[in-house]
Amino acid sequence: MSASDEVWILGIQMTKFGKHPDLDTVDLAARATTGALSDAGVTMADIGVLTAGNLMNASASIGQQLQKQIGQTGIPVYNVANACATGATALRTAIMAVKAGEVDYGLAVGVEKLSGAGLLGGGGTKKKDADTWTPAGRYGAVAPIDGRIGTETMPGVFAQIGTEYGHKYGGTSFELFAKISEKNHAHSTLNPLASYQKRFTLEQIMNDVMIAYPNTRPMCSANCDGAAAAVVCNGETLKSLSLEQRRRAVKVSASVLTTDPYEEGCQVLPNVNTLTRKAATIAYEQAGVGPSELDLVELHDCFATAELVHYDNLMLCDEGGAAEFFSSGATWRDGSTPVNVSGGLQSKGHPIAATGIANVWEICHHLRGEAGDRQIQNAKVGLAHVIGLGSACGVHILERSAA
Amino acid sequence: MAGQIPLVDYLVLDGDEPHLVAQECTNCGARFFDRRNACANCFATDFKTVPIATEGTVRAFTIVAFAAPGIPTPFVAAVVDCGGTQVRANLVNVEPDAEHVHDGMKVRLATQSIGTDSEGTEAIGFGFEPVG
Repeated sequence: MSASDEVWILGIQMTKFGKHPDLDTVDLAARATTGALSDAGVTMADIGVLTAGNLMNASASIGQQLQKQIGQTGIPVYNVANACATGATALRTAIMAVKAGEVDYGLAVGVEKLSGAGLLGGGGTKKKDADTWTPAGRYGAVAPIDGRIGTETMPGVFAQIGTEYGHKYGGTSFELFAKISEKNHAHSTLNPLASYQKRFTLEQIMNDVMIAYPNTRPMCSANCDGAAAAVVCNGETLKSLSLEQRRRAVKVSASVLTTDPYEEGCQVLPNVNTLTRKAATIAYEQAGVGPSELDLVELHDCFATAELVHYDNLMLCDEGGAAEFFSSGATWRDGSTPVNVSGGLQSKGHPIAATGIANVWEICHHLRGEAGDRQIQNAKVGLAHVIGLGSACGVHILERSAA
Repeated sequence: MAGQIPLVDYLVLDGDEPHLVAQECTNCGARFFDRRNACANCFATDFKTVPIATEGTVRAFTIVAFAAPGIPTPFVAAVVDCGGTQVRANLVNVEPDAEHVHDGMKVRLATQSIGTDSEGTEAIGFGFEPVG
C-alpha cells in the first residue's frame, strides 16, 4: 500500500457529553469542529469536504448551518443520516473522499441535542385509533401495533437481542447483564467528558427502575447533548507535515460500513449480529489485525444486553462464549481486552450522531498516550464499533503512529 | 355492519381456527409478513400465501415497563419460533414477570378483542399464550 492510499486521523475532538442548555446544535458542532481543526493544525481553508450528521434534524442541513458559523469556503457538504451509526457514516464518507484522491483533507462531524428526550423508538409509526377500523400500511393494520404486536422501543428491542443470545447459547441472566453495566459505570469515573461519572453497585443497578427486562435504567444509554469531529488526510499529505503532527496522527487501518444481510427473522426482530460480524470480518482483513491484538475496544453498548452480543460479533471471544468471556474479567480495563473504558454509552452518554466519532476519539486518545488517568498503557491498536438500527454498522480499526 | 376485522391482514380469522399467514417467496422460501415489492433474500417477485404454525417456542422476550404514551404496561414482547418462522407478538395470559416468562417456553396463538368501532365492527388482535 502506498502512502497515498493510507488514511490518517490528523485531528479529533469531542465536547463534554451531558446537558448543554446554553449551546444549540450549531454551537456544539462548532466547538467540536474548531477543536478538531486546531488539534490537526489546519484551518477550514485546507478542508476539501465536510460530512455532517445530526439525526434528530436530519433534513436541516447541519453541515451548511455549521459552515455559516465557522467558514463558508464553497466545498461540498454531505449531510448524512444512518440512525445511531450517523457519526461513523460521516467519518466513513470523509475517508472515502480522501481515499478516492478527490481531497487532501476531509472533516467529519456528528452532533445531537438529546437531553430529556426520553424513550426513543416507540410510537414512531403510531396513528390515531380511527372512528372505524381501516386497514393501512404494509401490514394492513387497523390500529397502532407498537405494544400490541411486540415492542418498538429501543430498550425492549435490545433486551430481546440479549435474551435471544441467552436462548441460543445459554449462560446469561439478569445479573450477568447488570454486571456489564457495573463495569461501564465503574470505568466512567475516570472520564471527565462522560455525562455521568458515578459508580453503581450491582445491587443499585438491579434494584433501579426497570425499563424493559432485563434492562434497568442504568443499563440503558443516557440521552444527552454532545458533538465530535475529526479531520482526516492521506499518507502523502501527512508526509509533508511537522513531526509533531505525524507523531500524533492515528492511522485508520480499516474503515467499514455494512447493512444487515437477509437472514430468517431479521425483519421481525432487528438482527444486529450479522452486520457486525460482517463488518468486523472485513475490518480485520483490511487492517491485517486479529481480535487478540486489540489493546482496547469501544463498542456500541446502547444497552447492557447489546454489549454482550457484540463481544461475540466482534469475535473477541469464541462463538457462543460471550458470557464466559465477560465473567473472566477480560473486558474490565485491567483485563485482556478492555471494552468501553470511556464508560460506554450507558454512562458517557449517547448523543446519537456524535457517538460514532466520539468512540473513535476515545481510541485515538489512548493511542496518542493522552488519556490521563484512564490511559490503557502502551496502547497500539484499537477498534471502534457502532450500530444503528434499521440497520447500519460502522467499524474502524485504528493504529498508533510509528513516527 | 357488525362483524370482525383482524388487527393486521396477516391474521386470518378463520372461525375456530385463527392463524397467521406469511408471504412466501416461491423461489427461495423466505417468509415475510408485510406487503412486498420483491424478496429481500433472492430479489424474486412471486410470492404465495402460506399458513404459519400456531404453536411455537419463545426465542426472545422482554417485559416492557416503559412504553410510548397510551400503551398499557407492563406487557411481554417476544419473538416466537413457529416451526422455523420467526413471529413477533406479545405473550398473553401469563404473569408479566421473570418468574413466569422465560425463553424456550412453549406457546400457542390466542386471539383477543381490541375494541369495537362506531359501526359495531370488532377488531381482533393476537398474541401467544403458554401451552398447558
